[in-house]
Parts: sequence; C-alpha cells; structure tokens
Amino acid sequence: MDLIKELQSELVEMKEWPDFKSGDTCVVTYKIKEGDKERLQSFQGVIIQRKGSGATETFTIRKMSGNIGVERVFPINDPFIETIEVVKHGAVRRARIYYLRERKGKAARIKERRRFTKA
Amino acid sequence: MAGIIGKKIGMTSIFSADGKNVPCTLIEAGPCVVTQVKTLEKDGYEAVQVGFGERKDKHSTKAMMGHFKKAGTTPKRKLVEFPIYNDAKLGDEITVEAFEEGDFVDVAGTSKGKGFQGVVKRHGFAGVGDATHGQHNRMRAPGSVGAASYPARVFKGMKMAGQTGNKRVTAINLEVVKICAEMNIVVIKGSIPGGKVSIVVLGK
Repeated sequence: MDLIKELQSELVEMKEWPDFKSGDTCVVTYKIKEGDKERLQSFQGVIIQRKGSGATETFTIRKMSGNIGVERVFPINDPFIETIEVVKHGAVRRARIYYLRERKGKAARIKERRRFTKA
Repeated sequence: MAGIIGKKIGMTSIFSADGKNVPCTLIEAGPCVVTQVKTLEKDGYEAVQVGFGERKDKHSTKAMMGHFKKAGTTPKRKLVEFPIYNDAKLGDEITVEAFEEGDFVDVAGTSKGKGFQGVVKRHGFAGVGDATHGQHNRMRAPGSVGAASYPARVFKGMKMAGQTGNKRVTAINLEVVKICAEMNIVVIKGSIPGGKVSIVVLGK
C-alpha cells in the first residue's frame, strides 16, 4: 500500500489547489475538447464531498441548473482542470453533505464559515 | 517469448497522454534469476527455469538448496518455466526491461478464493421464479439439471454449485502502460487475477 502511494506521485502529476472542502462554493474551470479545438468551461457549485486519497482522490460538485440539480465528479488531478477557485467557505457539520440533494431554494442555503487567519 | 514473475501490489489509476483516466494494476516484477536451462539433449525439450522472491534456507529442502547453489543464487520462492529465452545462461538476471511500454502481455495468477458458492454467484444463474406470490426458497436455486427417463442422467459438465475462485486464471492481452525500471514496477492496464501480494506470471 505504501509502495502504491509512493509510486502514485511518480505516475500521476499531482496538482496543487487552494484548500477546499465540502460545503464550499467553488468555480471549477476545465478544458473541453471539441474535435481538435479546445475551450474553457466553468462550473460553479457547492462541493458535496471529497472522496479517496492520494492520486486518485475525487470531488463532487453540485449546482442547480434552473430547477434541476447537476452534479459532476472530477478527479483532483484531472489534467483537464485549469483552475479551482473557492468563492465562499461554507459551514457544514459533515464531510458528505448529501442532504443537499433533497433541498431546494432557501432550504439549500449554507451558512458562510468565517475564517480567521492565524497570526 | 519473454516472461517474468512478479508480485501484485495493487490498483490505481493514471491519466493517459490524451487525458483519459486509465485504471491500472501495479506489479513488482523481478528481478528474476535463471535457475536452470533445459536443453533438447538432456531434458527432451527446451526451456528456461526462472526463480523469483526470497525463501528462507530453513524452508528449503537440501535438494532445492543444491539446485539453487548450482545457479549461484539464494533459494527462491517461486520457480516458473518459460519457453526458450534467447541465449539465457544459468544465473542470468531477468528484469522488467524484458518488456516495453505498449507491449501486450498475458498475466496468470491465482484468483481470489470465494469458497463453495451457489450457481447464482458461480455461473451467473438468475435463480428460479419470484420473490413473492407464495414462492419460497427458490430464489437462488439452479432449476432443473436434466430431462426425464431419457437421458435418465445428468450430463457431465452441468453447471452446479461448488468451489469458486482460488484457481489459476490468465488475463490475456493487457497493455503495458508504463515501466519503472529502477523500482522493478510494471504498470498494466486493467485488472489481473488474485489479491494483493499474490504471485503472478507475466508473459509476452
């Protein structure tokens, strides 16, 4: 197992993102290939979960498109991701906020987490 | 035909050049030692016997100790014969460099043992009938195993319950995605039989 962790960093290019966790609102900008053209697209939503560890870690991001919930799962080290930007830190009590799926509108709000920088 | 013995380390996924997420198995392969070269004159057929992994002296018989001593090596855990290697000599070392990225290999190992299993798990049968409507104890049953007074017997090879897994399985035509020569690692696309740390045989 340790050998896998050691090797993963060698096999997969580890990317560095700002610190984000479930409840945070993020904008993920990723490349889309259309034929031989590439363009950027962004997805803004709430992080529902971060899953796994090391090179194979993924996160799920959810947004409401009109009245329909849309979720996308990205590998953290996906080479197609350009940037991940944290818009708002959310205050949630669990690591996987699946309860958000049953909520809409006002009920689906997440309190903002105040961050104090340590001196 | 090139072959090597290795140890399954586990699975992970890597990204290919065009950005696809590829599931992979890591195998620690070799270095192996040629422990015997079999010749047409002496043994009636041509092959090389290759050893991998360390075995303690106290677990090796005296006969085996002599066999390894002849090759000038320490006792090995696993010995496998491969059809002739181009002029391999006794005591030669075989490393992952026998393979190249992009090669297609066959990987043989012992599958995970699942014990005595019914036909649903073992052969993918669907069971008999419904779960409700008065039905009971038929949900995972095999159904009829034969006809009536003719043939008046059950045919050989009829799929029935029994030991599942823990037998030699070969996964064929798996692509070698990457080779880390300094760590003796072969990265193979897809899954291979057996659990972690199990011994597998790679052949090209």
